[in-house]
Amino acid sequence: MRKLFLSHTTEYVLLIVIAVISIYLSFAADRFFTLGNAFDLLNISAVNIIFAVGLLVVLIAGGIDISFAVAASVVQYVAVLLLERIGGGGWISGLVVAAGIGVALGAVNAFLVHRFRIISIVATIATFNVYFGLLMFFTKGVSIYNLPDWLTTRVIVYEREMADGTWAEITLPVVVMMVCVLVTWLFITRTTTGRQLYAFGDNPEGARRFGINIGAMQFIAFGWLGLMAGIAGLMQAHYAQEVVPNALYGCELDVLAAVVLGGARLGGGKGSVFGCVLGVLLVSITQNGLNLMGVSPFAFKMIVGAIILVAITLSSARLGNLLPAFAKTAKTEGANR
Amino acid sequence: MSNATETGAAAPPLLSLRNINMTFGGVRALKNVSFEVMPGEVHCLAGENGCGKSTLIKVITGVYKPAAGAEIAFDGETVPHMTPGIAQSLGIKVIWQDLALFPEMTVAENIAFQTLSGARPRFVSYPKIRRIAEEALARLGVKLDVDRPLKDFAIAQRQIVAIARALVGEARIVFMDEPTASLTQAETDHLLSIVHTLSASGVAVVFVSHRLAEVLEISSRLTVLRDGNLVGVYPVAGMTQSRVTELMTGRTFDQNVRARDVSKNPVVLSVKGLSRPGEFSDISFELRRGETLGVTGLLGSGRTELALTLFGMRQAASGTVTLEGVPAYFSSNREAIAAGIAYLSEDRLALGLNQPQSIADNLVQASLDSILSGGLISSEKKRSLVARWIADLGVKIGKQEDAICTLSGGNQQRVAIAKWLATNPKVLILDAPTVGVDVGARAGIFEIVARLAEAGLAIILISDEVPEVYFNADRVIHMEKGRIAGWHDPRSTTLKDMEAAVYA
Repeated sequence: MRKLFLSHTTEYVLLIVIAVISIYLSFAADRFFTLGNAFDLLNISAVNIIFAVGLLVVLIAGGIDISFAVAASVVQYVAVLLLERIGGGGWISGLVVAAGIGVALGAVNAFLVHRFRIISIVATIATFNVYFGLLMFFTKGVSIYNLPDWLTTRVIVYEREMADGTWAEITLPVVVMMVCVLVTWLFITRTTTGRQLYAFGDNPEGARRFGINIGAMQFIAFGWLGLMAGIAGLMQAHYAQEVVPNALYGCELDVLAAVVLGGARLGGGKGSVFGCVLGVLLVSITQNGLNLMGVSPFAFKMIVGAIILVAITLSSARLGNLLPAFAKTAKTEGANR
Repeated sequence: MSNATETGAAAPPLLSLRNINMTFGGVRALKNVSFEVMPGEVHCLAGENGCGKSTLIKVITGVYKPAAGAEIAFDGETVPHMTPGIAQSLGIKVIWQDLALFPEMTVAENIAFQTLSGARPRFVSYPKIRRIAEEALARLGVKLDVDRPLKDFAIAQRQIVAIARALVGEARIVFMDEPTASLTQAETDHLLSIVHTLSASGVAVVFVSHRLAEVLEISSRLTVLRDGNLVGVYPVAGMTQSRVTELMTGRTFDQNVRARDVSKNPVVLSVKGLSRPGEFSDISFELRRGETLGVTGLLGSGRTELALTLFGMRQAASGTVTLEGVPAYFSSNREAIAAGIAYLSEDRLALGLNQPQSIADNLVQASLDSILSGGLISSEKKRSLVARWIADLGVKIGKQEDAICTLSGGNQQRVAIAKWLATNPKVLILDAPTVGVDVGARAGIFEIVARLAEAGLAIILISDEVPEVYFNADRVIHMEKGRIAGWHDPRSTTLKDMEAAVYA
């Protein structure tokens, strides 16, 4: 148990922080601790969690990506226009097209990073501007409200009438999010390719000397994020029932902060799917709680920022310094095992 | 040139290289080198740092691509384009000098990494990985918690992990690049017995080590490189350490005990009953002007902890330190430096020098105050300070602005020493100053140490290599489990006796 705690310190600290905040909020806001609100939270967070597990893979491989959110906007636009051209499409063709475009946009980043040795933050800031610029130029900033019916029809997977007569619902994006989370977890912890991504992010030269294909690693990492961004883009369009060119603009930094909060390291080689989900949830729960408490939305960013700082300080490697007695005995015992 | 004929009807070599040329930014690192390894032999690759040993290993494993005309053959088959992947599949294993491990991953994953490599995706079986890792460690006679991340372990244990990794899977030839650099004597002995076992089962071992005694004990043939050129291939039978040194450097060295009587000199540093729980206890000694005090003992004997305490980076729990009669309590190393104590860190690569920065910037790092002019760094003062020390310590450099990582280990260490001499210290603590420095350059470093002592500097020389302190110190403290286990005077004892006392 102690061993489990030590190897997953970040996740435990996040769980504790989330628990503390939730307990506080359940007293401060009546509606917080209800099934309906819990489901709302999941519905709201689904898109960001899909982004986050994609970004996690890039961070593990030692890269970073700023462009994925606007890439998702490009996916929304292109996919909707393309599907209209082929007669409307459906969920399957929609997902395939969105995923395909997403992977292609991710591959552009991988190509720049691998072929021209541009460090990923610079490469993706450039593509961020290019993607967004192209999108605004060709759409002239005009939104699409007239989406195919299948995309705008709410798909309710599970619903339950509450005592007060409201309905608690789980919608399609949550299920898609769960699939993405599960598949990403399987991919990075249970396949050799996933472990190679960790190794590559941890020590690129060591991985190279073991014959690991560096180029393939870059394309797989950015491709995976592209895939997730494509799916997330489609889900966001479905959820919002419209395609607005700048709807996702700016969410890349929120997702990045949440993923790093979840224990991923900007240097590569470290991070877990569970931590990453908790990171997004912590931010969503805080915002949701503040909302229910009637706090001015203008204060959200400030409070969320402060909570991210506190959580990161708590979960960093210096935990041993904060809890000397317990952590130290646990550490030596772990060593003797 | 080859001595293969002595085996009679020579078996074909397992590995053979011809016409290997390698150039880095205009510098030829390997010039027309050829190299042959027989099946099951223990072959030593010898040469000073920077002579091309590691480069040759990287060419053999496909990490570097040699210039056109190179021929690499394995098991009689030509390999036109070697890559790390092909090397893996041929059973060419390497224990890299820099280990090339994955700190965030578990020990088990590091050791069994071969089962995780390969382009075709497969599912990972953690029980299998754990079993492979435990088996490999068992072969080494070591127990480690294989589920913990590698970063939790010290360098010596990481080295064991790197060795274990090379024992996994079907090895035909194992390259060991300085595998014993951070191992204790017992661990080294164990490794050497594994080398024998490997060799007896037909696996060839190519051994690279600075410790010549080790090399002569274990290998049957010796290939010597110097400045990227092949010097020759020799049978080890009948070789002496001094002969190997001569072949490696092209010069001859004689080693004499340097110890002098300094008991008349005034005391500079006096330490009484210094203790720090869990690290060292009741340490007392006096260090005199012009004296070189050797401190030896195994890894974990408290040597480095003692040095860090004298340098103010940790605080003693009890005991006193006086520097030139004045009590010296340092709450940080900045105060220690200002008081005249300098500490050359044992880990030059990670802590001692800032590798990507220039030679000049590294050299002035600890003495920036002395090159200020009106509150700003004067490039003129900096240049002349650097030039003075470069000339004084005989550092071979191109330009002052070159990155420090372009220098050889020996020259880097000279710059590191110069960095501390520039602070005008009264006491210079040298912690393992020859780690990663080759034989020829080691002699040069100790020349400098002797000259500094002659000029009156008080020096504490820490080393886990007993011969180093035996030949270069005036008196030697032998530490064991944080205590002073004995004092030795090189003038009245033999190297053998001293080694017996320390390694006992």
